[in-house]
Amino acid sequence: MLASLFRILTLIRKELLVILKDPKSRASLIVPPILQCLIFGYAATYDLNTVPYALVDLDRSATSRELISKLEGSGIFQREGTLAQTEQATAFINNQKVVLTIVVEREFERQLMSGSPAAVQVIADGRNSNTSGVAMGYANTIIADFATDWRSRQGLSAPGVQVTSRSWFNPQLETRWTMIPSLIGTITMMMTMMLTAMSVAREREEGTFEQLLVAPFTPTEIMIGKAVPSMIVGIVQSTAILLVALFWFQIPFAGSLVTLYAGLALFLAAAIGFGLLLSSLAANMQQAMILCFMFLMPFMLLSGLMSPTDNMPEALQYATMINPLKYAISITRRVYLEGAQFTEMLPDMIALMVIAAVTMPISAWMFRHRLN
Amino acid sequence: MSASEMALVAKDVRKTFVRNKGEAVEALAGISLEVRSGTLTALVGPDGSGKTTLLRLASGLLVPDSGSLDVIGIDVTRNPQAVQNKISYMPQRFGLYEDLSVQENLDLYADLHDVTRERRAEVYPRLFEMTQLGRFKGRPAGKLSGGMKQKLGLACTLVRSPQLLLLDEPTVGVDPLSRRELWEIVFKLVKEEELSVIVSTSYLDEAERCEHAVLMHAGRVLAAGKPDEITARAEGCCFLVSDMNGAPARSLQARLFSLPGVADAVPEAGRVRVVTKLPTQRLSLDLAGARLEAEAVKPRFEDAFMMLFGVVMSDQPREIAPVAGNRIAGGSEVVVEVRDLVRTFGDFTAVDHVSFDVRRGEVYGLLGPNGAGKSTTFKMLCGLLPATSGSLEVAGANLLTAGARAREKLGYVAQKFSLYGQLTIDENLEFFASAYGLRGAAKKERIEELKQQFELDQFSHLPSGQLPGGFKQRLALAAALLHQPRILFLDEATSGADPFARRQFWARITALSEAGVTIIVTTHFMEEAEYCDRIIILDAGKNLAEGTPVDIRALAETHEGLAPTMEQAFIAIVEKERSKRKENAG
Repeated sequence: MLASLFRILTLIRKELLVILKDPKSRASLIVPPILQCLIFGYAATYDLNTVPYALVDLDRSATSRELISKLEGSGIFQREGTLAQTEQATAFINNQKVVLTIVVEREFERQLMSGSPAAVQVIADGRNSNTSGVAMGYANTIIADFATDWRSRQGLSAPGVQVTSRSWFNPQLETRWTMIPSLIGTITMMMTMMLTAMSVAREREEGTFEQLLVAPFTPTEIMIGKAVPSMIVGIVQSTAILLVALFWFQIPFAGSLVTLYAGLALFLAAAIGFGLLLSSLAANMQQAMILCFMFLMPFMLLSGLMSPTDNMPEALQYATMINPLKYAISITRRVYLEGAQFTEMLPDMIALMVIAAVTMPISAWMFRHRLN
Repeated sequence: MSASEMALVAKDVRKTFVRNKGEAVEALAGISLEVRSGTLTALVGPDGSGKTTLLRLASGLLVPDSGSLDVIGIDVTRNPQAVQNKISYMPQRFGLYEDLSVQENLDLYADLHDVTRERRAEVYPRLFEMTQLGRFKGRPAGKLSGGMKQKLGLACTLVRSPQLLLLDEPTVGVDPLSRRELWEIVFKLVKEEELSVIVSTSYLDEAERCEHAVLMHAGRVLAAGKPDEITARAEGCCFLVSDMNGAPARSLQARLFSLPGVADAVPEAGRVRVVTKLPTQRLSLDLAGARLEAEAVKPRFEDAFMMLFGVVMSDQPREIAPVAGNRIAGGSEVVVEVRDLVRTFGDFTAVDHVSFDVRRGEVYGLLGPNGAGKSTTFKMLCGLLPATSGSLEVAGANLLTAGARAREKLGYVAQKFSLYGQLTIDENLEFFASAYGLRGAAKKERIEELKQQFELDQFSHLPSGQLPGGFKQRLALAAALLHQPRILFLDEATSGADPFARRQFWARITALSEAGVTIIVTTHFMEEAEYCDRIIILDAGKNLAEGTPVDIRALAETHEGLAPTMEQAFIAIVEKERSKRKENAG
């Protein structure tokens, strides 16, 4: 038992030496995750900070002015022109001077008062559907909010205003807030899975793996000796991303670090388990790399990082069950933003534990039995 | 003599490389050399003597620091492309595309060199006939044996008739049969097509058959001329020595090799071939406890080579410290037992009902052509591959199924250098020592001991991947010996090593076997079989012959009563068996 522990420590030491000896490879483990995190944080956001728009106020009532001041008070809508007629908007949109034209129709105040649907027309530039879609969403939300608010102040019952999907209005930070915590899992998975798979494949290619197999190491010892160093690297990387989230993007951390790290440790075990499994299937580094990419892309697409898994076809939803990243994103988002408790995250953690408990022993068994 | 009659003229060529730690290594230290067109010239010399550098300079891949170098009458420094258009260079590891078939590889090289369709139609059949690769046109290059790969590489360099062919160690890792075939192709090219060929080699018997031999040492020419002339320099220096007291040739060799007046000693047919540094009428050697009898013999090229190098390389240590260990003389305890061992891959039978025993302290050799099943047998013995059927026991256990503890008794040196290239000598030794359970002071002591014994200290800070070839070999052996294994497996451990490194290596093996370590080796150098107590010859997975080197030679004795060399005996045995099989099949 003690001898076995000693051998495992020897393997871990050797592995860390191989990974960390070269300053270049040391840097390549920590700089890219931070850079990726920064790039994702700035680039992958659906939010708009400024929306240039043109205004056509046909109602010219106190209420319409109040609506306009509410719109502009959000700090997002920036008026590029005030027009007398709806037709004049064409030029503004064609020249891409504005994304939206907001037309407050005649009788706006009166309709609002009477409880019939308030008529505000939002004309968007459909050529850029993403931007205008988001801008329209903002406008709709502000207008709907305004209507409810206005009517309740007048002592009237709220009208049946259609509320858009963005129920929580946090235009500046919403996507970044969900994106960055998810990156803790996503980026570390990319790095650790590759690192693990490649390190075994390299040993196979260079013949050192045979040397390990003729030494008195058991497959389990070799497996642990490969998994632990990757785990250490993964924990360091996720900590780096966490620090960027906390101190660079200043996203407030709502949960407990213990729960987060417990979840991360299990997630890394599952991801590394997959990496080991892939490496036991690959004969050389090239194959290991291709296999990793084959799995990483679907893992990312089916993780809920970009689009929620609930909207996917049922068959794909089953496929997401074996995806460690899905659970990691759920854990990081909920613990980070919502402050979810350990017990609440237990189902996700158990799922990760099951994935690790299946992949790791299989790959350990394959080390010795996949000898052609 | 006009320039065009010379294939290569080098005048005081120098080339220095700078290692990434800033040390300068002088590969060529002012070499001057002339090679005539239409001849076959061999470059021989120990590792690091500058053979490869010279060939790379000649092919225009490197630029000399100073001096002039004309290749086929063109200054290669100034006009490398013009030279490259007319010559072909086959590096040590020729760039075959392993996933492409034989035909596709050939087509690719023909395309690269703009070989016309008409010319291909004319050349291909000839190349296929010459290399006998016609049957394997569709086979991926990666699935060819080592010898066939080299033949294909040669064919690829010949698709556009070059004026000069440069071959860098073309026969490393190639078995004697394929080696002979490869050389027949080269001889034919020189004779029938008047091609100039310069070939570097570490096989001295190959150099002996060339018209011209150049002995290189430390970036300079030590001697050059016809092989016969060089051989003649060892006239009166060669003797076959035996001990009337009956000491085994291997032990006698190790002791004779360390004597000051001796340039070389190798076992040969139960006796020891000794080359003295100076010619002498009567050999008088003083060896305690031995009754020596010497017979003067004619020199061979290798004897002259060793004699010439013995002078310049006198700093090389020759004596190997005896290995500590519980010495058990000539025990009869069977350590490795193989019975009816079979291994199949699909339809292909790699090992076909092989049985043998190895006793404690024996040096046992597995010999055979490429693809004979040596490595497969080896892997099964080391527990790296399951057997299809049959039984095998190493130190009383099947290593595939036995626990990790059983593997503590064996050491394994793979064919390819397989330690961690990024780690230094110290880090590698440290890792393997810990892997085998050595700790603390005992570990430190053992590592120091081996570093000293294998003279690894000077490079201990270098990543082991950057070590010169000979040192890699020593490090691999040192790592395998850290835990004092009872059984040592060596898979083609001397492949590509120069004659000096090989003698040193065998001196260590001898010392180990005297300490009671059982050693199982595979090798392509047939003369190395002479160091073994017993050998087994495998071909196509079958056991063709087993016995002592003397027994094996006797099997191939010719009617004229000429004693064959080990290599001739080997080829005779394999060919006899192959023709018998062909008859049965037909």
